[in-house]
Amino acid sequence: MAYIGNGFLEAFFLLIHYDPETYSAIFATLLVSGYAMLATLLMGIPLGFFLGYFNFRGKNQIRMLVDTALSLPTVFIGLMVYAFLSNKGPLGHLELLFTLEGIAIGLTILALPIIISLTAVSAENTDDTLRITLISLGANRTQVLLGTLWEIRHGIIAAALTAFGRVMTEVGISMMVGGNIKWQTRTITTAIALETGKGMFATGIALGLVLLSIAFLVNMVVSSLKNKTA
Amino acid sequence: MVRLFVYLMIVSVSLMGGVASTSAQESVLLMATTTSTDDTGLLDYLSPLFTKETGVTLKWTATGTGKALELGKNCDVDILLVHAPDAEKKFVADGYGVNRKEVMYNDFVIIGPPSDPASVKGKSVSDTLKKIKAGGHPFISRGDDSGTHKMETGLWKLSGVGVPDKEAFYVQTGQGMMATISMCEEKKGYTLTDRGTYIKYEDSQGGKPLLKILVENDDMLKNQYSVIEVNPSKCPKVKSDQAKAFSKWIVGKTAQAQIGAFKLLNKQLFIPNAR
Repeated sequence: MAYIGNGFLEAFFLLIHYDPETYSAIFATLLVSGYAMLATLLMGIPLGFFLGYFNFRGKNQIRMLVDTALSLPTVFIGLMVYAFLSNKGPLGHLELLFTLEGIAIGLTILALPIIISLTAVSAENTDDTLRITLISLGANRTQVLLGTLWEIRHGIIAAALTAFGRVMTEVGISMMVGGNIKWQTRTITTAIALETGKGMFATGIALGLVLLSIAFLVNMVVSSLKNKTA
Repeated sequence: MVRLFVYLMIVSVSLMGGVASTSAQESVLLMATTTSTDDTGLLDYLSPLFTKETGVTLKWTATGTGKALELGKNCDVDILLVHAPDAEKKFVADGYGVNRKEVMYNDFVIIGPPSDPASVKGKSVSDTLKKIKAGGHPFISRGDDSGTHKMETGLWKLSGVGVPDKEAFYVQTGQGMMATISMCEEKKGYTLTDRGTYIKYEDSQGGKPLLKILVENDDMLKNQYSVIEVNPSKCPKVKSDQAKAFSKWIVGKTAQAQIGAFKLLNKQLFIPNAR
């Protein structure tokens, strides 16, 4: 299996020699993951917190729906988003098909249940004494909420990293909605699929290693931030 | 809390909207094509030449012919370069496409283990398929409705054997050509592949492939590629001027000569035959 050794060498080569195709794919991957994570966090953290912190009728049913959505197959999301964004679909006029933004919409749908579900679990599991302590210290309702949110920050970070891993490594949505168009919507994962189809297994492995390096960098940054606020 | 929540929802939705409005489309021609034209590097080779002559940038999404035609039906691309003549003719007859022009062909080969347990080497396609079926030798099929798969099912029908959909010897991978060849290698079976993918497979094995070409140069194995413009009267937004320009260019003298000169690992792959 010379592929693996060659893959390592090639990964190094692609990065050092600033291979334009690889960097275009890296850029596309970071952009779609960035858009998707931003949208997901903005929507998902409040929704997840709401779902976990408050008690209301139908809460368990909603939890069940969200947890089911964790199993959404990416190819299925890709097909649904395609159906909406196609020129024959209801949102065709937005011209989002075969764009990075279109991929980001699909990725947001993929990541949202992860953030909501995991944030809800964290919010639910907060110690009741925290609330009592905050109130006894004279906190008002909003302050209690924000205090709780701060206390579960590690849970939210874990949720975000899980979602990020899912979003960045996804293939089905990126392929179907993005179309794997060179210089435009080719992400690292669709490039891996392409190289594998071409029989360039070593290049595929190299790109996989590039993806892992980026994930490592992101986790390193997050972990150092986490330690600062611990 | 509720206000904060509503505020965050509005911000995130408008962010998505902002993202949407920034996707200004530059003037490019979008083509749906088959994996073979992309995987072999033919389009990477032709597109700069096309841009140089016409000023139009060519972008493409490479998929199976089935999906490419579907993208055309949904007005999501401007032009098609595909290889499944029957499906293409139906596509045009149904009014989805106009100006179907033949561009070039390459050919398919039947490959298998050099030991050739079904002894089909040098036989005709019909005899080969009959023998494979009679002996129950593994035959690995793409099974993905791609142009190659359509070609293969057509060959079974033309040979009078019928498509052996549910028989144990007939393995349908549902994957790309190279993945299918890899599976064929593992199963020591036979498969139908386009010559381009085979050349690359041969090269990736360092010239010592475990599967060899056993049947070739049968007229039934010719694989015709055609260009079709997506019908602008069905899809008003389609870039029909650029599509026409491409269609005219690729069947023109210059492009045809360039297709003939394109080599993969020093072997000619596509034979231009525009009329």
